Amino acid sequence: MSAISFQSVSKTYDTPRGLLTALSHVSFDIQEGEFFGLLGPNGAGKTTLISVLAGLARATHGRILVQGADVQTDYAQARRRLGVVPQELVFDPFFSVREALRIQSGYFGIKNNDAWIDELLESLGLTDKANANLRQLSGGMKRRVLVAQALVHRPAIIVLDEPTAGVDVELRQTLWQFIAKLNKQGHTVLLTTHYLDEAEALCHRIAMLKQGEVVALERTSDLLAQASGNVLRFKLDGELPADLAAQARVTGRIVQMQVHNAADIETRLAAVREAGLVAEDIEVRKADLEDVFISVMNAVQRKKHEFQG
Amino acid sequence: MNSKVDFAPAPLMPPLQPVYAMGWLTLFKKEVLRFWKVSFQTIAAPVLTSVLYLLVFGHVLDSRVEVSPGVSYTAFLIPGLVMMSVLQNAFANSSSSLIQSKIMGNLVFILLTPLSHWGWFLAYVGSSLVRGLAVGLGVFIITALFAMPHFEAPIFMLLFAFLGAGLMGVLGLIAGLWAEKFDQMAVFQNFIVMPMTFLAGVFYSVHSLSGFWQVISHFNPFFYMIDGFRYGFFGSSDVSPWLSLGVVGTTFVLASALALHLLKIGYKIRN
Repeated sequence: MSAISFQSVSKTYDTPRGLLTALSHVSFDIQEGEFFGLLGPNGAGKTTLISVLAGLARATHGRILVQGADVQTDYAQARRRLGVVPQELVFDPFFSVREALRIQSGYFGIKNNDAWIDELLESLGLTDKANANLRQLSGGMKRRVLVAQALVHRPAIIVLDEPTAGVDVELRQTLWQFIAKLNKQGHTVLLTTHYLDEAEALCHRIAMLKQGEVVALERTSDLLAQASGNVLRFKLDGELPADLAAQARVTGRIVQMQVHNAADIETRLAAVREAGLVAEDIEVRKADLEDVFISVMNAVQRKKHEFQG
Repeated sequence: MNSKVDFAPAPLMPPLQPVYAMGWLTLFKKEVLRFWKVSFQTIAAPVLTSVLYLLVFGHVLDSRVEVSPGVSYTAFLIPGLVMMSVLQNAFANSSSSLIQSKIMGNLVFILLTPLSHWGWFLAYVGSSLVRGLAVGLGVFIITALFAMPHFEAPIFMLLFAFLGAGLMGVLGLIAGLWAEKFDQMAVFQNFIVMPMTFLAGVFYSVHSLSGFWQVISHFNPFFYMIDGFRYGFFGSSDVSPWLSLGVVGTTFVLASALALHLLKIGYKIRN
Protein backbone atom coordinates (compact mmCIF):
# COMPACT_ATOMS: atom_id res chain seq x y z
CA MET A 1 0.00 0.00 0.00
CA SER A 2 1.27 3.45 -0.87
CA ALA A 3 1.86 6.01 1.85
CA ILE A 4 0.06 8.58 -0.27
CA SER A 5 -1.86 7.96 -3.47
CA PHE A 6 -2.97 10.96 -5.55
CA GLN A 7 -5.61 9.76 -7.99
CA SER A 8 -6.50 12.17 -10.77
CA VAL A 9 -6.78 15.13 -8.41
CA SER A 10 -8.19 18.30 -9.95
CA LYS A 11 -9.02 21.56 -8.29
CA THR A 12 -10.70 24.54 -9.92
CA TYR A 13 -11.55 27.81 -8.23
CA ASP A 14 -14.48 29.99 -9.17
CA THR A 15 -12.98 33.46 -9.45
CA PRO A 16 -14.61 36.69 -10.66
CA ARG A 17 -12.54 36.33 -13.84
CA GLY A 18 -13.78 32.82 -14.52
CA LEU A 19 -12.65 29.33 -13.60
CA LEU A 20 -9.07 28.99 -12.44
CA THR A 21 -7.50 25.55 -12.70
CA ALA A 22 -5.07 25.06 -9.84
CA LEU A 23 -4.62 21.30 -10.30
CA SER A 24 -5.34 19.21 -13.34
CA HIS A 25 -5.58 15.41 -13.02
CA VAL A 26 -2.57 15.00 -10.76
CA SER A 27 -1.79 11.31 -10.26
CA PHE A 28 1.17 9.70 -8.53
CA ASP A 29 1.99 7.51 -5.55
CA ILE A 30 4.49 7.99 -2.75
CA GLN A 31 5.82 4.79 -1.22
CA GLU A 32 6.24 4.02 2.47
CA GLY A 33 9.54 5.32 3.77
CA GLU A 34 10.22 7.49 0.77
CA PHE A 35 11.69 11.00 0.94
CA PHE A 36 9.71 12.65 -1.84
CA GLY A 37 10.18 16.11 -3.32
CA LEU A 38 7.46 18.20 -4.92
CA LEU A 39 8.96 21.00 -6.98
CA GLY A 40 7.60 23.73 -9.18
CA PRO A 41 7.53 27.47 -9.62
CA ASN A 42 5.24 29.71 -7.57
CA GLY A 43 1.61 29.13 -8.47
CA ALA A 44 2.28 25.65 -9.86
CA GLY A 45 -0.19 24.12 -7.42
CA LYS A 46 2.15 22.59 -4.82
CA THR A 47 0.44 24.17 -1.84
CA THR A 48 -3.01 23.50 -3.29
CA LEU A 49 -2.12 19.82 -3.61
CA ILE A 50 -0.92 19.72 -0.01
CA SER A 51 -4.04 21.57 1.16
CA VAL A 52 -6.27 18.97 -0.47
CA LEU A 53 -4.14 16.20 1.05
CA ALA A 54 -4.39 17.76 4.52
CA GLY A 55 -8.13 18.40 4.30
CA LEU A 56 -7.74 22.20 4.20
CA ALA A 57 -9.36 22.26 0.76
CA ARG A 58 -11.56 19.95 -1.26
CA ALA A 59 -10.67 18.42 -4.60
CA THR A 60 -13.08 19.23 -7.42
CA HIS A 61 -12.36 15.82 -8.88
CA GLY A 62 -10.35 12.73 -7.98
CA ARG A 63 -9.29 11.48 -4.58
CA ILE A 64 -6.31 11.08 -2.28
CA LEU A 65 -5.60 8.05 -0.09
CA VAL A 66 -3.31 8.19 2.92
CA GLN A 67 -2.23 4.63 3.72
CA GLY A 68 -5.51 3.59 2.15
CA ALA A 69 -7.67 6.11 4.03
CA ASP A 70 -9.58 8.56 1.83
CA VAL A 71 -8.88 12.13 2.98
CA GLN A 72 -12.54 13.07 2.49
CA THR A 73 -14.61 10.11 3.60
CA ASP A 74 -12.17 8.73 6.18
CA TYR A 75 -10.63 12.03 7.22
CA ALA A 76 -9.96 11.11 10.86
CA GLN A 77 -7.82 8.10 9.90
CA ALA A 78 -6.05 10.09 7.20
CA ARG A 79 -5.28 13.10 9.40
CA ARG A 80 -3.88 11.12 12.32
CA ARG A 81 -1.33 9.63 9.91
CA LEU A 82 -0.30 13.00 8.51
CA GLY A 83 1.90 15.60 10.17
CA VAL A 84 1.64 18.79 8.17
CA VAL A 85 3.95 21.78 8.58
CA PRO A 86 2.08 24.69 7.01
CA GLN A 87 3.89 27.21 4.84
CA GLU A 88 2.51 30.30 6.58
CA LEU A 89 4.21 31.26 9.83
CA VAL A 90 1.10 31.03 11.99
CA PHE A 91 0.85 30.78 15.78
CA ASP A 92 -1.61 31.18 18.63
CA PRO A 93 -0.56 34.27 20.63
CA PHE A 94 -2.30 33.12 23.80
CA PHE A 95 0.06 30.27 24.62
CA SER A 96 3.64 29.27 25.38
CA VAL A 97 5.54 26.73 23.27
CA ARG A 98 4.89 23.88 25.69
CA GLU A 99 1.23 24.80 26.09
CA ALA A 100 0.79 24.90 22.32
CA LEU A 101 2.35 21.44 21.97
CA ARG A 102 0.25 19.98 24.77
CA ILE A 103 -2.90 21.42 23.24
CA GLN A 104 -1.99 20.06 19.82
CA SER A 105 -1.45 16.61 21.38
CA GLY A 106 -4.83 16.88 23.04
CA TYR A 107 -6.60 17.53 19.73
CA PHE A 108 -5.37 14.10 18.68
CA GLY A 109 -6.62 12.65 21.95
CA ILE A 110 -3.13 12.17 23.39
CA LYS A 111 -2.64 12.78 27.08
CA ASN A 112 0.63 12.92 29.02
CA ASN A 113 2.76 13.48 25.95
CA ASP A 114 5.53 15.36 27.77
CA ALA A 115 8.29 12.81 27.17
CA TRP A 116 7.82 13.05 23.41
CA ILE A 117 7.32 16.82 23.58
CA ASP A 118 10.65 17.14 25.44
CA GLU A 119 12.34 15.06 22.76
CA LEU A 120 10.87 17.24 20.02
CA LEU A 121 11.98 20.42 21.81
CA GLU A 122 15.46 18.99 22.26
CA SER A 123 15.80 17.83 18.66
CA LEU A 124 14.66 21.19 17.31
CA GLY A 125 16.77 23.27 19.69
CA LEU A 126 13.73 24.69 21.47
CA THR A 127 14.33 23.44 25.01
CA ASP A 128 15.19 26.85 26.48
CA LYS A 129 12.18 28.42 24.75
CA ALA A 130 9.67 25.88 26.11
CA ASN A 131 8.01 28.39 28.42
CA ALA A 132 8.30 31.44 26.21
CA ASN A 133 5.13 32.86 24.71
CA LEU A 134 4.92 32.33 20.96
CA ARG A 135 4.64 36.08 20.39
CA GLN A 136 8.16 36.57 21.76
CA LEU A 137 9.83 34.13 19.37
CA SER A 138 11.72 35.06 16.22
CA GLY A 139 10.51 33.85 12.84
CA GLY A 140 12.99 30.97 12.78
CA MET A 141 11.93 29.83 16.25
CA LYS A 142 8.25 29.99 15.28
CA ARG A 143 9.08 27.80 12.29
CA ARG A 144 10.63 25.21 14.61
CA VAL A 145 7.49 25.23 16.76
CA LEU A 146 5.40 24.59 13.63
CA VAL A 147 7.51 21.52 12.92
CA ALA A 148 7.13 20.31 16.50
CA GLN A 149 3.37 20.88 16.37
CA ALA A 150 3.11 18.76 13.24
CA LEU A 151 4.91 15.88 14.95
CA VAL A 152 3.21 15.71 18.37
CA HIS A 153 1.10 12.73 17.34
CA ARG A 154 4.04 10.84 15.76
CA PRO A 155 2.57 10.74 12.28
CA ALA A 156 3.77 8.06 9.86
CA ILE A 157 3.89 10.68 7.10
CA ILE A 158 5.48 14.10 7.44
CA VAL A 159 4.51 16.85 5.01
CA LEU A 160 6.67 19.97 4.87
CA ASP A 161 5.49 22.88 2.74
CA GLU A 162 8.52 25.08 2.08
CA PRO A 163 9.88 24.66 5.60
CA THR A 164 13.13 26.51 4.90
CA ALA A 165 11.69 29.62 3.26
CA GLY A 166 13.37 32.58 4.99
CA VAL A 167 15.16 30.39 7.50
CA ASP A 168 18.79 30.76 8.60
CA VAL A 169 21.52 28.22 7.90
CA GLU A 170 21.62 26.85 11.42
CA LEU A 171 17.94 25.97 11.50
CA ARG A 172 18.13 24.41 8.06
CA GLN A 173 20.90 22.14 9.31
CA THR A 174 19.03 21.21 12.51
CA LEU A 175 15.81 20.66 10.63
CA TRP A 176 17.24 18.44 7.90
CA GLN A 177 19.22 16.35 10.37
CA PHE A 178 16.08 15.74 12.36
CA ILE A 179 13.83 15.03 9.37
CA ALA A 180 16.46 12.73 7.83
CA LYS A 181 16.63 10.84 11.13
CA LEU A 182 12.85 10.41 11.17
CA ASN A 183 12.97 9.26 7.54
CA LYS A 184 15.62 6.66 8.45
CA GLN A 185 13.32 5.42 11.19
CA GLY A 186 10.72 4.76 8.53
CA HIS A 187 8.65 7.94 8.35
CA THR A 188 7.60 8.96 4.86
CA VAL A 189 8.46 12.57 4.01
CA LEU A 190 6.81 14.81 1.42
CA LEU A 191 8.67 18.05 0.90
CA THR A 192 8.06 21.12 -1.22
CA THR A 193 10.90 23.57 -1.56
CA HIS A 194 12.37 26.23 -3.79
CA TYR A 195 15.89 25.24 -2.75
CA LEU A 196 16.80 22.69 -5.38
CA ASP A 197 20.09 21.80 -3.72
CA GLU A 198 18.07 20.62 -0.71
CA ALA A 199 15.81 18.53 -2.89
CA GLU A 200 18.80 17.06 -4.70
CA ALA A 201 20.51 16.13 -1.44
CA LEU A 202 17.47 14.73 0.38
CA CYS A 203 14.83 13.39 -1.98
CA HIS A 204 14.74 9.86 -3.39
CA ARG A 205 12.17 10.83 -5.95
CA ILE A 206 10.87 14.09 -7.34
CA ALA A 207 7.68 15.28 -9.01
CA MET A 208 7.68 18.60 -10.83
CA LEU A 209 4.48 20.56 -11.17
CA LYS A 210 3.75 23.31 -13.61
CA GLN A 211 0.43 25.09 -13.97
CA GLY A 212 -1.29 22.35 -12.00
CA GLU A 213 0.09 19.45 -14.02
CA VAL A 214 2.78 16.88 -13.29
CA VAL A 215 5.50 17.51 -15.86
CA ALA A 216 8.16 15.20 -14.44
CA LEU A 217 8.08 12.28 -12.03
CA GLU A 218 11.34 10.40 -11.59
CA ARG A 219 14.06 9.25 -9.25
CA THR A 220 16.36 12.09 -8.40
CA SER A 221 19.29 10.12 -9.82
CA ASP A 222 17.49 9.60 -13.13
CA LEU A 223 16.57 13.26 -13.33
CA LEU A 224 20.19 14.21 -12.75
CA ALA A 225 21.28 11.74 -15.42
CA GLN A 226 19.10 13.68 -17.87
CA ALA A 227 21.24 16.67 -17.25
CA SER A 228 23.68 15.43 -19.82
CA GLY A 229 26.46 17.82 -20.53
CA ASN A 230 27.85 20.62 -18.50
CA VAL A 231 27.25 24.17 -17.60
CA LEU A 232 29.58 26.97 -18.62
CA ARG A 233 29.60 29.68 -16.00
CA PHE A 234 31.33 33.06 -16.09
CA LYS A 235 31.01 36.62 -14.89
CA LEU A 236 30.46 39.54 -17.18
CA ASP A 237 30.53 43.30 -16.82
CA GLY A 238 28.38 44.18 -19.83
CA GLU A 239 25.17 43.36 -21.63
CA LEU A 240 25.11 39.88 -23.19
CA PRO A 241 24.23 39.86 -26.93
CA ALA A 242 20.59 38.95 -27.50
CA ASP A 243 21.19 35.63 -29.31
CA LEU A 244 23.41 34.42 -26.46
CA ALA A 245 21.11 35.75 -23.76
CA ALA A 246 18.27 33.62 -25.17
CA GLN A 247 20.23 30.45 -24.32
CA ALA A 248 21.64 31.65 -21.03
CA ARG A 249 20.54 32.03 -17.47
CA VAL A 250 21.66 35.41 -16.19
CA THR A 251 21.78 36.23 -12.49
CA GLY A 252 23.28 39.68 -12.02
CA ARG A 253 26.82 39.38 -13.32
CA ILE A 254 26.72 35.59 -13.46
CA VAL A 255 25.96 33.95 -16.80
CA GLN A 256 25.28 30.20 -17.08
CA MET A 257 24.63 28.19 -20.22
CA GLN A 258 24.38 24.55 -21.24
CA VAL A 259 27.35 23.23 -23.25
CA HIS A 260 28.00 19.75 -24.61
CA ASN A 261 31.62 19.75 -25.72
CA ALA A 262 34.76 21.80 -26.05
CA ALA A 263 33.70 23.26 -29.41
CA ASP A 264 30.51 24.51 -27.76
CA ILE A 265 32.53 26.30 -25.10
CA GLU A 266 34.81 27.88 -27.68
CA THR A 267 31.91 29.19 -29.79
CA ARG A 268 30.20 30.77 -26.81
CA LEU A 269 33.29 32.42 -25.49
CA ALA A 270 34.19 33.62 -28.96
CA ALA A 271 30.77 35.22 -29.30
CA VAL A 272 31.33 37.02 -26.00
CA ARG A 273 34.73 38.28 -27.18
CA GLU A 274 33.32 39.46 -30.51
CA ALA A 275 30.73 41.48 -28.61
CA GLY A 276 33.66 43.30 -27.05
CA LEU A 277 33.12 41.81 -23.60
CA VAL A 278 35.51 40.08 -21.21
CA ALA A 279 34.38 36.91 -19.46
CA GLU A 280 35.87 36.48 -15.99
CA ASP A 281 36.03 33.60 -13.49
CA ILE A 282 35.23 31.05 -16.15
CA GLU A 283 34.36 27.57 -14.98
CA VAL A 284 32.67 24.47 -16.33
CA ARG A 285 30.60 22.41 -13.92
CA LYS A 286 28.35 19.34 -14.02
CA ALA A 287 24.70 20.20 -14.57
CA ASP A 288 22.67 19.96 -11.35
CA LEU A 289 19.01 19.67 -10.42
CA GLU A 290 18.44 23.38 -10.95
CA ASP A 291 19.53 23.03 -14.58
CA VAL A 292 17.21 20.05 -15.04
CA PHE A 293 14.40 21.96 -13.42
CA ILE A 294 14.85 24.90 -15.72
CA SER A 295 15.09 22.76 -18.84
CA VAL A 296 11.96 20.79 -17.86
CA MET A 297 10.03 23.99 -17.22
CA ASN A 298 11.18 25.53 -20.51
CA ALA A 299 10.36 22.35 -22.44
CA VAL A 300 6.81 22.48 -21.10
CA GLN A 301 6.57 26.13 -22.06
CA ARG A 302 7.71 25.37 -25.62
CA LYS A 303 5.28 22.48 -25.98
CA LYS A 304 2.45 24.72 -24.86
CA HIS A 305 3.40 27.34 -27.43
CA GLU A 306 3.60 24.78 -30.22
CA PHE A 307 0.25 23.42 -29.18
CA GLN A 308 -1.33 26.85 -29.23
CA GLY A 309 0.42 27.84 -32.46
CA MET B 1 22.65 6.04 -6.16
CA ASN B 2 21.56 2.43 -6.78
CA SER B 3 18.89 1.82 -9.35
CA LYS B 4 16.78 0.37 -6.57
CA VAL B 5 16.33 2.31 -3.37
CA ASP B 6 15.53 0.23 -0.33
CA PHE B 7 12.94 2.08 1.62
CA ALA B 8 12.73 1.46 5.31
CA PRO B 9 9.83 -0.60 6.63
CA ALA B 10 6.94 0.92 8.56
CA PRO B 11 7.96 3.45 11.24
CA LEU B 12 9.96 1.93 14.05
CA MET B 13 8.52 4.47 16.41
CA PRO B 14 5.01 3.21 17.07
CA PRO B 15 2.27 5.80 16.89
CA LEU B 16 0.71 6.62 20.22
CA GLN B 17 -2.58 5.01 21.06
CA PRO B 18 -4.83 7.91 21.91
CA VAL B 19 -8.51 8.26 22.64
CA TYR B 20 -9.44 10.32 19.63
CA ALA B 21 -13.00 10.93 20.70
CA MET B 22 -11.73 13.02 23.62
CA GLY B 23 -9.99 15.57 21.39
CA TRP B 24 -12.93 17.98 21.70
CA LEU B 25 -12.27 18.32 25.44
CA THR B 26 -8.86 19.82 24.70
CA LEU B 27 -10.38 22.29 22.26
CA PHE B 28 -13.01 23.14 24.87
CA LYS B 29 -10.34 23.74 27.54
CA LYS B 30 -8.26 25.77 25.11
CA GLU B 31 -11.25 27.96 24.29
CA VAL B 32 -11.97 28.49 28.00
CA LEU B 33 -8.30 29.32 28.63
CA ARG B 34 -8.36 31.75 25.74
CA PHE B 35 -10.93 34.02 27.38
CA TRP B 36 -9.75 33.27 30.91
CA LYS B 37 -6.25 34.58 30.12
CA VAL B 38 -7.80 37.94 29.25
CA SER B 39 -10.61 37.76 31.82
CA PHE B 40 -10.30 41.43 32.70
CA GLN B 41 -11.58 42.22 29.25
CA THR B 42 -13.87 39.23 28.72
CA ILE B 43 -15.50 38.97 32.16
CA ALA B 44 -14.78 41.95 34.40
CA ALA B 45 -15.52 44.60 31.75
CA PRO B 46 -19.00 43.35 30.79
CA VAL B 47 -19.87 42.86 34.47
CA LEU B 48 -18.96 46.49 35.16
CA THR B 49 -21.04 47.71 32.20
CA SER B 50 -24.13 45.92 33.48
CA VAL B 51 -23.65 47.16 37.01
CA LEU B 52 -23.44 50.72 35.68
CA TYR B 53 -26.75 50.24 33.86
CA LEU B 54 -28.32 49.12 37.10
CA LEU B 55 -26.92 52.04 39.08
CA VAL B 56 -27.97 54.68 36.58
CA PHE B 57 -31.39 53.40 35.51
CA GLY B 58 -32.20 52.08 38.97
CA HIS B 59 -31.39 55.42 40.54
CA VAL B 60 -33.43 57.42 38.04
CA LEU B 61 -36.44 55.15 37.72
CA ASP B 62 -36.80 53.24 40.99
CA SER B 63 -39.05 55.83 42.63
CA ARG B 64 -41.13 56.45 39.50
CA VAL B 65 -41.79 53.03 38.00
CA GLU B 66 -43.42 50.00 39.54
CA VAL B 67 -43.45 47.32 36.88
CA SER B 68 -45.94 45.09 38.63
CA PRO B 69 -47.36 45.25 42.14
CA GLY B 70 -44.63 44.69 44.72
CA VAL B 71 -41.80 44.52 42.14
CA SER B 72 -39.48 47.54 42.20
CA TYR B 73 -37.81 48.68 38.97
CA THR B 74 -34.37 47.67 40.24
CA ALA B 75 -35.61 44.17 41.09
CA PHE B 76 -37.24 43.94 37.67
CA LEU B 77 -34.10 45.13 35.92
CA ILE B 78 -31.69 42.61 37.49
CA PRO B 79 -32.79 39.43 35.68
CA GLY B 80 -32.91 41.33 32.40
CA LEU B 81 -29.38 42.65 32.83
CA VAL B 82 -28.06 39.25 33.89
CA MET B 83 -29.60 37.58 30.85
CA MET B 84 -28.44 40.33 28.49
CA SER B 85 -24.87 39.81 29.71
CA VAL B 86 -25.16 36.04 29.34
CA LEU B 87 -26.44 36.33 25.77
CA GLN B 88 -24.03 38.98 24.52
CA ASN B 89 -20.96 37.33 25.98
CA ALA B 90 -21.85 33.83 24.84
CA PHE B 91 -22.18 35.22 21.33
CA ALA B 92 -18.98 37.24 21.59
CA ASN B 93 -16.96 34.21 22.68
CA SER B 94 -17.41 31.78 19.82
CA SER B 95 -17.69 34.49 17.16
CA SER B 96 -14.57 36.43 18.14
CA SER B 97 -12.49 33.30 18.75
CA LEU B 98 -13.29 31.97 15.29
CA ILE B 99 -12.78 35.21 13.41
CA GLN B 100 -9.47 35.80 15.21
CA SER B 101 -8.22 32.30 14.43
CA LYS B 102 -9.29 32.69 10.82
CA ILE B 103 -7.53 36.00 10.38
CA MET B 104 -4.41 35.01 12.35
CA GLY B 105 -4.35 31.76 10.38
CA ASN B 106 -3.95 29.56 13.45
CA LEU B 107 -7.27 27.85 12.78
CA VAL B 108 -5.12 25.55 10.64
CA PHE B 109 -3.92 23.77 13.79
CA ILE B 110 -7.49 22.63 14.46
CA LEU B 111 -8.31 22.00 10.81
CA LEU B 112 -5.40 19.53 10.58
CA THR B 113 -6.72 17.34 13.42
CA PRO B 114 -9.16 14.43 13.25
CA LEU B 115 -11.73 16.41 15.29
CA SER B 116 -15.23 15.85 13.93
CA HIS B 117 -17.88 18.51 13.39
CA TRP B 118 -19.44 17.39 16.66
CA GLY B 119 -16.13 17.97 18.42
CA TRP B 120 -15.90 21.52 17.06
CA PHE B 121 -19.52 22.17 17.96
CA LEU B 122 -19.27 20.93 21.55
CA ALA B 123 -16.02 22.81 22.18
CA TYR B 124 -17.04 26.19 20.76
CA VAL B 125 -20.59 26.16 22.11
CA GLY B 126 -19.48 24.72 25.46
CA SER B 127 -16.83 27.39 26.02
CA SER B 128 -19.28 30.13 25.01
CA LEU B 129 -21.73 28.76 27.53
CA VAL B 130 -19.08 28.94 30.25
CA ARG B 131 -18.16 32.53 29.37
CA GLY B 132 -21.79 33.65 29.16
CA LEU B 133 -22.68 32.05 32.48
CA ALA B 134 -19.51 33.36 34.16
CA VAL B 135 -20.34 36.94 33.19
CA GLY B 136 -24.01 36.42 34.10
CA LEU B 137 -23.03 35.06 37.50
CA GLY B 138 -20.74 38.04 38.08
CA VAL B 139 -23.50 40.51 37.23
CA PHE B 140 -25.94 38.58 39.39
CA ILE B 141 -23.72 38.50 42.46
CA ILE B 142 -22.97 42.22 42.37
CA THR B 143 -26.49 43.38 41.52
CA ALA B 144 -27.96 41.12 44.21
CA LEU B 145 -26.27 43.43 46.72
CA PHE B 146 -28.66 46.20 45.59
CA ALA B 147 -31.86 44.22 45.57
CA MET B 148 -31.91 40.58 46.60
CA PRO B 149 -34.18 38.90 44.08
CA HIS B 150 -36.48 35.99 44.87
CA PHE B 151 -36.41 32.68 43.07
CA GLU B 152 -39.95 31.62 42.34
CA ALA B 153 -39.01 28.99 39.75
CA PRO B 154 -35.25 28.34 39.86
CA ILE B 155 -35.48 25.42 37.42
CA PHE B 156 -36.79 27.77 34.73
CA MET B 157 -34.12 30.28 35.62
CA LEU B 158 -31.33 27.74 35.06
CA LEU B 159 -33.00 26.25 32.03
CA PHE B 160 -33.24 29.59 30.24
CA ALA B 161 -29.75 30.65 31.28
CA PHE B 162 -28.22 27.47 29.79
CA LEU B 163 -30.43 27.38 26.73
CA GLY B 164 -29.95 31.08 26.02
CA ALA B 165 -26.17 30.91 26.43
CA GLY B 166 -26.05 27.75 24.30
CA LEU B 167 -28.16 29.30 21.54
CA MET B 168 -26.00 32.42 21.44
CA GLY B 169 -22.86 30.29 21.40
CA VAL B 170 -24.28 28.49 18.36
CA LEU B 171 -25.21 31.75 16.62
CA GLY B 172 -21.74 33.12 17.38
CA LEU B 173 -20.26 29.98 15.84
CA ILE B 174 -22.30 30.48 12.66
CA ALA B 175 -21.38 34.17 12.49
CA GLY B 176 -17.71 33.31 13.08
CA LEU B 177 -17.72 30.82 10.22
CA TRP B 178 -19.47 33.25 7.90
CA ALA B 179 -17.55 36.45 8.61
CA GLU B 180 -14.28 37.06 6.80
CA LYS B 181 -13.33 40.37 8.38
CA PHE B 182 -13.58 41.99 11.79
CA ASP B 183 -15.83 44.58 10.13
CA GLN B 184 -18.46 42.03 9.24
CA MET B 185 -18.35 40.66 12.75
CA ALA B 186 -18.83 44.15 14.17
CA VAL B 187 -21.95 44.51 12.03
CA PHE B 188 -23.36 41.33 13.57
CA GLN B 189 -22.44 42.40 17.07
CA ASN B 190 -23.57 46.04 16.93
CA PHE B 191 -26.47 45.98 14.50
CA ILE B 192 -28.12 42.66 15.29
CA VAL B 193 -27.19 41.18 18.66
CA MET B 194 -26.95 44.45 20.60
CA PRO B 195 -30.25 46.05 19.43
CA MET B 196 -32.19 42.80 19.61
CA THR B 197 -31.14 42.15 23.20
CA PHE B 198 -31.72 45.79 24.11
CA LEU B 199 -35.21 45.77 22.63
CA ALA B 200 -36.16 42.42 24.11
CA GLY B 201 -37.59 43.79 27.31
CA VAL B 202 -34.46 44.08 29.42
CA PHE B 203 -35.38 47.57 30.60
CA TYR B 204 -39.16 47.41 30.38
CA SER B 205 -42.09 45.04 30.34
CA VAL B 206 -43.38 44.68 26.78
CA HIS B 207 -46.90 45.12 28.26
CA SER B 208 -46.03 48.77 28.68
CA LEU B 209 -45.57 49.13 24.90
CA SER B 210 -48.24 50.23 22.44
CA GLY B 211 -49.95 47.52 20.37
CA PHE B 212 -47.68 47.71 17.34
CA TRP B 213 -44.41 47.49 19.24
CA GLN B 214 -45.79 44.80 21.46
CA VAL B 215 -46.52 42.66 18.38
CA ILE B 216 -43.08 43.36 16.95
CA SER B 217 -41.45 42.34 20.24
CA HIS B 218 -43.09 38.95 20.03
CA PHE B 219 -41.14 38.24 16.85
CA ASN B 220 -37.85 38.86 18.61
CA PRO B 221 -36.43 35.53 19.83
CA PHE B 222 -34.37 37.35 22.45
CA PHE B 223 -37.60 38.49 24.08
CA TYR B 224 -38.49 34.86 24.92
CA MET B 225 -35.09 34.16 26.44
CA ILE B 226 -35.30 37.17 28.72
CA ASP B 227 -38.99 36.76 29.53
CA GLY B 228 -38.56 33.07 30.37
CA PHE B 229 -35.52 33.81 32.50
CA ARG B 230 -37.40 36.51 34.36
CA TYR B 231 -40.22 34.07 35.06
CA GLY B 232 -37.71 32.04 37.03
CA PHE B 233 -37.35 35.00 39.41
CA PHE B 234 -40.87 36.37 39.75
CA GLY B 235 -43.08 33.45 38.81
CA SER B 236 -44.86 35.78 36.41
CA SER B 237 -43.98 36.96 32.92
CA ASP B 238 -45.31 38.65 29.79
CA VAL B 239 -45.98 35.34 28.03
CA SER B 240 -46.23 31.77 29.31
CA PRO B 241 -42.78 30.34 30.18
CA TRP B 242 -43.75 27.20 28.27
CA LEU B 243 -44.23 29.23 25.11
CA SER B 244 -40.84 30.85 25.69
CA LEU B 245 -39.27 27.45 26.28
CA GLY B 246 -40.80 26.17 23.05
CA VAL B 247 -39.55 29.13 21.00
CA VAL B 248 -36.04 29.13 22.49
CA GLY B 249 -35.74 25.34 22.39
CA THR B 250 -36.85 25.12 18.76
CA THR B 251 -34.52 27.93 17.73
CA PHE B 252 -31.67 26.19 19.53
CA VAL B 253 -32.28 22.91 17.73
CA LEU B 254 -32.60 24.57 14.30
CA ALA B 255 -29.53 26.77 14.78
CA SER B 256 -27.50 23.78 16.04
CA ALA B 257 -28.50 21.72 13.02
CA LEU B 258 -27.36 24.53 10.74
CA ALA B 259 -24.07 25.01 12.62
CA LEU B 260 -23.31 21.28 12.55
CA HIS B 261 -24.05 21.16 8.83
CA LEU B 262 -21.76 24.14 8.13
CA LEU B 263 -18.97 22.55 10.18
CA LYS B 264 -19.43 19.24 8.40
CA ILE B 265 -19.08 20.75 4.93
CA GLY B 266 -16.27 23.02 6.14
CA TYR B 267 -18.19 26.16 5.16
CA LYS B 268 -15.63 28.90 4.43
CA ILE B 269 -12.93 27.05 6.38
CA ARG B 270 -12.16 24.16 4.03
CA ASN B 271 -12.71 25.76 0.63
